[in-house]
Amino acid sequence: MMRSIARFTRRSALLGLLCGLVALAVSSPVAAAEAKQKFKIAWTIYVGWVPWDYGETSGIIKKWADKYGIEIEVVQLNDYVESINQYTAGAFDGCVMTNMDALTIPAAGGVDSTALIVGSFSNGNDGIVLKGKSDLAAIKGQSVNLVELSVSHYLLARALESIGSSEKDITVVNTSDADIVSAAASDDVTALVTWNPQLAEIAKMPDAHIVYDSAKTPGEIIDLMVVNTEMLAANPAFGKAMAGAWYEIMSIMTKNDEAGLAARTNLAKVSGTDLAGYDSQLKTTRLFSSAADAVAFTQSADVQKTMKSVAKFSFEHGLLGEGAGSEDFIGIGYPGGAVTGDKGNVKFRFDDTYMKMAAEQKL
Amino acid sequence: MKRLINLQPPRISAVMLALLPFVFAFFAYVSFSNERLVANPNDKLLPAMSSFGAAIERMALVPSKRSGELLWWVDTASSLRRLGTAVAISAAIGLVVGIALGALPLVSAGMSPFVASLSMIPPMAVLPILFIVFGLGELSKVVLIVFGIAPVIARDIQGRVREIPRELIVKAQTLGASTWLVILRVVLPLALPRLIDAVRLSLGSAWLFLIAAEAIAATDGLGYRIFLVRRYLAMDVILPYVLWITVLAFAMDRLLRFVGRKAFPWHNAGASV
Repeated sequence: MMRSIARFTRRSALLGLLCGLVALAVSSPVAAAEAKQKFKIAWTIYVGWVPWDYGETSGIIKKWADKYGIEIEVVQLNDYVESINQYTAGAFDGCVMTNMDALTIPAAGGVDSTALIVGSFSNGNDGIVLKGKSDLAAIKGQSVNLVELSVSHYLLARALESIGSSEKDITVVNTSDADIVSAAASDDVTALVTWNPQLAEIAKMPDAHIVYDSAKTPGEIIDLMVVNTEMLAANPAFGKAMAGAWYEIMSIMTKNDEAGLAARTNLAKVSGTDLAGYDSQLKTTRLFSSAADAVAFTQSADVQKTMKSVAKFSFEHGLLGEGAGSEDFIGIGYPGGAVTGDKGNVKFRFDDTYMKMAAEQKL
Repeated sequence: MKRLINLQPPRISAVMLALLPFVFAFFAYVSFSNERLVANPNDKLLPAMSSFGAAIERMALVPSKRSGELLWWVDTASSLRRLGTAVAISAAIGLVVGIALGALPLVSAGMSPFVASLSMIPPMAVLPILFIVFGLGELSKVVLIVFGIAPVIARDIQGRVREIPRELIVKAQTLGASTWLVILRVVLPLALPRLIDAVRLSLGSAWLFLIAAEAIAATDGLGYRIFLVRRYLAMDVILPYVLWITVLAFAMDRLLRFVGRKAFPWHNAGASV
């Protein structure tokens, strides 16, 4: 008995030592606010984000990084939510995401984040499809398949609002975006909400009607390049290189000359479609190809109104976290110092500094 | 003989040894979590133990604001219902097909390669087909699990039936037993205990397919909840759910072992797997 107790004590001492060593050896990967040389950004496939891939393969990003003496690694992830989670955990300095996900994942997780580049907004890229009905009001009483708590869910809430209805009148079925097209082929799926390219695929099915789309609420689903605020403050060179690269990519790919067509053909391939398919997705996207347009949009009062509505939706669905007592729990900052929500807890910022530099050709 | 394979831990040390990895994992978690929380008090990746307590209370004891249900228990009931149905169906299919393949050479010649091929198809790869054929409701979730584990159970039973000593079968026949009687009185009693083991081993896969099915399209369930709250990185909900799934799976495994021992005392008398 004594011997086994002695052995136990020795073992627990050893255990304590091991724990201590592990804790010492592994330093926290939380992004530190210090000047550095190497940066990593993540992107996932979406019409407004694939240009980052073109920037990487064409060498434009490298060119701008070299100009400011830094390195930028561009990584493609397959899973959108996973990419944001990785960014929030500190594995990336920047990541593409929508305004709503930026508010509910990194910002609600206490990671102060800045929208460095406001790239585009959905102008018909997200839509509600009904089978056999062509009127939105027919959605009442149906089961609606969509990615729950995503921008699709937000669009549905806005659509229901527009016909004086609410989520109480429908049943939401969480359905993965990767499987929603095959789900749509099933007979017991009669209503769904999704985004492109899946939306276009589903709309082609017989008797499927797009009864509501994001063109009816323009400017509310915004596609951003979001970066860590502290990291950006310590490394303005990163912001400059990113903005410089982005607007050079824009200037090439939006033209209809040989280089522009070649660039868009590449982007189409990356997105798994062809030039015509990609161009049709661009039509339902308001792409800010000029930095001046992006700055004007970011400064507009509409963005504040949208973010208030997004914050309200997020709070009602518990997305701001349990600590949140109201929809104003997280502060959102805008150009010129305006803030909506809690001024003492600003975790998400729209910053036009670097886009402005690009617009004024100061990069 | 003093060799490593002959050394047995003393009783108390054996318990300590079993606990050690758990204790270590716990302390490692707490220390990493503390480190991240010091850097960012709102960190969601590795929440503090108190956040887990709050999340469990919220999910298991307080009715949901939206539906008025106790989500934890609703999710558990839905998942267990799906899993239970699917495992029962798979066990029945596995037993019947396995015995037919193992005991009847004519059936085996015709069907064995087909069942073997069927068991090699990754079920996730045929999901779109399952959706179109079985819809998106409960049925397709159960079918996914059955598709994943029934062929494996059948092949296991088939192998076990083939291992039955030929002498036993011959002896039964000299006593006048028909094919049906041999299957009923010799093959079945030897296959049933193996069925329990086969089901125990396939439980891991069954959970995997259940979670996958619920992640793809559902309105409740343990897998549904995990993939839903992943949307906003609510690890304070996800980690307790993972722990709960582990507890449920462990309990099911022990329950099956217990049933196997009580119902088939002639099998593996005393040995534990």
